[in-house]
Amino acid sequence: MEFFDRFAVPHPSPLIYASMVAIGLTVIAIFLGITYFKKWGYLWREWLTTVDHKRIGIMYIISALLMLFRGGADAVMMRLQTSVPDNAFLDAQHYNEVFTTHGVVMIFFMAMAFVIGLMNFVVPLQIGARDVAFPRLNAISFWLYFAGAMLFNISFVVGGSPDAGWTNYYPLASTDFSTSVGINYYNWALQISGIGTLMTGINFIVTILKMRAPGMKLMKMPMFTWSSLITNIIIVFAFPVLTIALLMGTFDRQFGTNFFTSVNGGMDMMWANLFWVWGHPEVYILILPAFGIYSEIISTFSSRNLYGYKSMVGSMAIISLLSFLVWVHHFFTMGHGALTNSIFSITTMAIAVPTGIKIFNWLLTMWKGKIRFTVPMLYSVAFIPLFTIGGVTGVMLAMASADYQYHNTMFLVAHFHNVIIPGVVFAMLAGLTYWWPKMFGFMLNEKIGKWAFWNLAIGFCLAFFPMYITGLDGQARRMYTYSEATGFGPLNMLSFAGAAIMAIGFALIVYNVYYSFRHAPRNVGDDPWDARTLEWATHNPVPHYNFAVTPQVNSSQALWDSKKHGYQLFKHDLTEIHMPNNSGAPIILAGLFFIFGFSFVFFIWPGVIVSGIAILACLAYRSFEKDDGYHIPVKEIKETEEKFGGAKK
Amino acid sequence: MKIDHSQPLEYSTGQNQMNILGFWIFLGAEIMLFATLFTSYFVYEDRIGSGPAGAEIFGITPVLFETFILLTSSFTIGLAIHAMRIQRTKAMLVFLGITLLLGAAFLGIEIYEFTHYYHVGATLQTSAFTAILLTTLGTHGAHVTFGLFWGLFIILQIRKRGLTPETANKSFIFSLYWHFLDVVWIFIFSFVYLKGMM
Repeated sequence: MEFFDRFAVPHPSPLIYASMVAIGLTVIAIFLGITYFKKWGYLWREWLTTVDHKRIGIMYIISALLMLFRGGADAVMMRLQTSVPDNAFLDAQHYNEVFTTHGVVMIFFMAMAFVIGLMNFVVPLQIGARDVAFPRLNAISFWLYFAGAMLFNISFVVGGSPDAGWTNYYPLASTDFSTSVGINYYNWALQISGIGTLMTGINFIVTILKMRAPGMKLMKMPMFTWSSLITNIIIVFAFPVLTIALLMGTFDRQFGTNFFTSVNGGMDMMWANLFWVWGHPEVYILILPAFGIYSEIISTFSSRNLYGYKSMVGSMAIISLLSFLVWVHHFFTMGHGALTNSIFSITTMAIAVPTGIKIFNWLLTMWKGKIRFTVPMLYSVAFIPLFTIGGVTGVMLAMASADYQYHNTMFLVAHFHNVIIPGVVFAMLAGLTYWWPKMFGFMLNEKIGKWAFWNLAIGFCLAFFPMYITGLDGQARRMYTYSEATGFGPLNMLSFAGAAIMAIGFALIVYNVYYSFRHAPRNVGDDPWDARTLEWATHNPVPHYNFAVTPQVNSSQALWDSKKHGYQLFKHDLTEIHMPNNSGAPIILAGLFFIFGFSFVFFIWPGVIVSGIAILACLAYRSFEKDDGYHIPVKEIKETEEKFGGAKK
Repeated sequence: MKIDHSQPLEYSTGQNQMNILGFWIFLGAEIMLFATLFTSYFVYEDRIGSGPAGAEIFGITPVLFETFILLTSSFTIGLAIHAMRIQRTKAMLVFLGITLLLGAAFLGIEIYEFTHYYHVGATLQTSAFTAILLTTLGTHGAHVTFGLFWGLFIILQIRKRGLTPETANKSFIFSLYWHFLDVVWIFIFSFVYLKGMM
């Protein structure tokens, strides 16, 4: 029994037992359901072993939505706990665990996955490619992310969750103050999914640089592709820093080293530095693709080309550079002196300039345009003022001397949710609605979509604007409760009401998917939004080879030119298409990584050694494997094209 | 698969070119990885707690051997790639084999060095300085170890399949990796050992 004691949850409560039962029942239900409908073969052949960028993208998005609800449940629990003074719904330890997992899940497993999912689906289509540069590697990236996400999510029922915040500062995260295995989970889950993200970064840089359709010069790429390119460059240069930081953290916690301790030369603030050298670029890894999505949507629904294309690209390049030069603004109060603080204060404020340029470009794109207020456009239009407020409060936080007043208060919480929710989350929902017909061949219901949007937008304002006020009044973040005398009660209740309204908004989105799946017409055509870029030049839904004939491109909006100016996109005859083979290796490899991570978390050395050797054996097998893919003959392409509604011109 | 004969074998297909570009980008990430380690090393260099300082534990002899051996292996893998370009498969295999033997010798000395540190009381747990020293050296050593297996697999594949666009591509990428490890070692030699001994 001693062996199993380590898996017990250190601070059990009825809520955790209920979740255990819920998880168990869901897993059983899924297994029984798949078995009953005899879908195991289909699932394995078509999804689990796929190397198709479109399906991998969809799997990323499904996982991201699941994580959104996991993280969202955490959020509602936090708002409920703080809605009234001296509440006893969660105790301090549970509250710590809840805000930690909320942050980690939302950033790493929701936002990152959503961004990478949309990139996966859209980028190859936008550049007229058949797949990414390394399709097998792409599947490995997804499954490593998934293994990391699952490893992190079992923490609260097996062994205990991390409890030192998503920033995981030492000494709080050391074994002295966090005695459960929770932070080992943090280290290993992020390490494993981080490897996947790094591989995605490499994959997409090569894809975008090498696989663009003929004629698509760099400065003729659609804006979402540009934002993806820059994002992936940031990924490649930022993630190795996290790799080392997590490794050092693991050593400290599991091998007794002194990197982040306060004895024998250790320095706890080194973690904060390394974390934010990665962490601040990470913020831009999330927001730049969002900017790309807004650019596509605003241009499409204003029926105008994007204003200031070159300045859009330039400002993103400048933002990516500056993103590596601002990390100290996360801890101005650490005490590194006025000169250092001033330098980082200035670099931080400088980011507002290229961002401001982008805001004006979007406004000028809409200027005199014929605007159609569809659901994606509503999100984009709401984004502009809301994000600007978030940006302005960001500049307030960038003032180092003033930051001493509101460092680590709810003001900060309000600020970063104010940029992340209207910035990233709205963009993901807008992008999902926009590209939905491309993925599934039918549109989401506009009316329910608008209801969801208004719930989210109003709920957001109610939930987060009060925090600016309580923050300035001195309410600290991450405090599980407060006394009635502080007077924070009414505004926190308002926040809870806002969070509840947002929850209704997300529920409406789920209902919308169900409703549209049942009732939406399937004959939406290939270009239902009257869009401008290449992904709409192929069929709906997309055949697995994407384009029967590789398109020829003349501008950043080739489809628009072909619709309005008679430009011919597809000039060549059909030839055989070379496609990569499916493979079960990625999911097996990720399964081994899961076992490796899990064993390491609990110091089960035999498990670590066996799975470690098995991982290396997988790599060796891959080295010797010969896999040249297969060719689709012209006859089969013709038949497929007929089935999808005739060849494209 | 279209083969472009105007290009060297390792660049002759579209996929090959993408593999090489992808690997260069991966090396960019590796540079960031080691840059983070070096930065942390410089931060922790003088934070020795109650443990020994660098000057007390570094010995020049093993380090010089390691350096000469690894630099020579970088030269021999260059010869291997040259032999590959002029289609001398056998010479190529010999040079690859020598490279891996030199790599193994390097690793042997590094293991000796680590046991030496252990005996003089500089372990992973001693101080922040010893921890970052062993982590930096260990990360480089782990890369070399990984490279030994990788190189061995490539030798086996060339023996079995001959020089094809695929095996040539793998060999070329492996040589980039090996040269990169050599460059990292030069930084370790200069900024860890020499600086530490001065």
